[in-house]
Amino acid sequence: MITIMLVVTLVPLAVMAVINSHLYHNSLKQQNIDQLLGIVNKTKHSIQLYLQERLSTVQYIANGNTVEELRDANQLRNVFHTLSENISGFVDIGLINPDGQQVAYVGPYDLEGKDYSEHKSYHEVKVNGSYISDVFKGYRGFPHIVIAVKLTGPDHKSWVLRTTINIDNLNEILAAMKLDPRADAFLLNRAGTIQTPSKFYGDVLDSFPMEMPAKTFQPTINETRDNQGNNLIMAYAYFPKLEFVLTVIKPSNLFLQSWYSLKGQMLGIFIGGTLLIIIVIFRLTNTMVRRIKQADERREVALRELEHAQKLSSIGRMAAGIAHEVNNPLAVINEKAGLIKDIIQNNSNIPQSEKLTKLSDSILATVERAKDITYRLLGFASRLETRYEKLNINNVLRDVVSFLHREAAERNVNINMDFDENLTKVSTDRGQLEQVFLNILTNAVTAVDDGGKVDISTWEEDLGTVGVSIKDNGHGMDKETLRHIFEPFFTTKTGYGTGLGLSITYGIIKKLGGEIKADSEINSGTIFYIYLPKNNSQGDFR
Amino acid sequence: MNTNYKVLLVDDEDEFVSTLAERLEMRGYSTNVAYDGEEALESIETEMPAVVILDIKMPGLNGIEVLKRLLNLDPGLPVLLLTGYGSTEEGMQGMQIGAFDYMMKPLNIDELIKKMEEAISAKS
Repeated sequence: MITIMLVVTLVPLAVMAVINSHLYHNSLKQQNIDQLLGIVNKTKHSIQLYLQERLSTVQYIANGNTVEELRDANQLRNVFHTLSENISGFVDIGLINPDGQQVAYVGPYDLEGKDYSEHKSYHEVKVNGSYISDVFKGYRGFPHIVIAVKLTGPDHKSWVLRTTINIDNLNEILAAMKLDPRADAFLLNRAGTIQTPSKFYGDVLDSFPMEMPAKTFQPTINETRDNQGNNLIMAYAYFPKLEFVLTVIKPSNLFLQSWYSLKGQMLGIFIGGTLLIIIVIFRLTNTMVRRIKQADERREVALRELEHAQKLSSIGRMAAGIAHEVNNPLAVINEKAGLIKDIIQNNSNIPQSEKLTKLSDSILATVERAKDITYRLLGFASRLETRYEKLNINNVLRDVVSFLHREAAERNVNINMDFDENLTKVSTDRGQLEQVFLNILTNAVTAVDDGGKVDISTWEEDLGTVGVSIKDNGHGMDKETLRHIFEPFFTTKTGYGTGLGLSITYGIIKKLGGEIKADSEINSGTIFYIYLPKNNSQGDFR
Repeated sequence: MNTNYKVLLVDDEDEFVSTLAERLEMRGYSTNVAYDGEEALESIETEMPAVVILDIKMPGLNGIEVLKRLLNLDPGLPVLLLTGYGSTEEGMQGMQIGAFDYMMKPLNIDELIKKMEEAISAKS
């Protein structure tokens, strides 16, 4: 039962938790990815814008000056001065003649006269008109980017205006992403060379230790792992027409950090809920099991009582039959022995008359004992069967009194009846109730002296109960005796009576659903109160 | 002890009735004996007793029925009921119908005589 209840409650909870966790996991991850892609996109645009701006500036210079002007060292110095005053990042500027010789140069290095004819930038510019290089060290010995544009000289040949910019501004743009310290953002070139300093994957111009992701200009997520086997999320984007690949690498667990904390909370709630459910189920089940057990026990007791009652009932019937059958032969023995005694008493000359008289007395006494036993059996039998009928208690009392009035009259005992004439009828057993009243009234009449008084009253006790009192002004009894009067075999009539009378009375009243109480005072009398339910719920159960 | 009173004893137990009759006669009563209800009614037709001692439980006509018929014939007839049956119910029923009193078997002869005398004197 506990298992079933646990399964029924915990399985849906667990399923829900798993589904929820899955959904949360995915949505959180997606949210993080979207966020990251957004940042990557923005940064990519910033870098593009930055480089484009620099390129446009160089183009502007190329367009706004003739080759001759730019060849002039002073002119070029002025141009560069103005340039670096206004736009950050520029390191130097130089003019390359159609043969690839740098003929003019302004900057911190001594690069005038250098031959660039074999440089990639030189050729790219010749073909495309402009060029932005990836990061390299070149003659200068520190990482920089070349921005070059073609311009046509007076000889109608292609000259090249070549500037370099440092990567500090790019680093600043990348730093502006404000990533977690455990995340790494840097630029690669398409060949897999690191372009801006990386925290974890090498210095500028080192080779990127992982495989390059597939080429796409849209910010894209690539789930991968490093050579230590850590799961990583790589967000990247290629730059159109540029060599760069913007790369952001985050450890997956960092990526799902908020998920882990949420998961932890959810797990906590799940475990807490599960414990609560288990406790509640155990308590409920225990309570239910206990109640069922109690119900079972009650049913068993009821069945046992029923069985017992049936057994008693059949014993009772048998006892009554035996008692009756024995009483008749006893009566014969009684008369025969009596006759023998009569004869002896009437004939004085019978030998051993004294002994014979003793013998017949003994027979008579024995018959008396046997009679006592049969009466007890009959008394026992008579209180087993209960037949309920609507009775007027006043009438039942009158019948019983009429049964006793001869003895009462003989001893001049006054029986007063003070009845509530509007008394509600009571559903009860006539025979048993008569036995009760007879028992108490006989006791009362016996208890009073000649000329004594017995008062009987009836009244409505409450809506469901009728009250009867039987009071005598007899010798009464002490508290100790009073306490025991309803116990079986308790008797004060030494050598007389079975001590069963009031216990039988008590048993009958209880069986009829009523109450009986007694109060008494030595030498002033005894009063019995009997309370009977108007409707007997027990019906014909027994 | 009064003499010449006629007592009718009605009981199906032959040994009981005859012995009781003998004992009553030893005490100066004259007795008629009937072994069932019919006989009792016949006997009363021929001779009206001063008192009837009637067993309630008998085969054929039971005591209560016989009591009714006897009282029908003579409403003032004193009848003492006897029973070997424990329940007071039938005794009370007999009392309600009009029996003089009610005794349980086995009898105490002195008590019986006392009740008979009461019955006879009550009638007269």
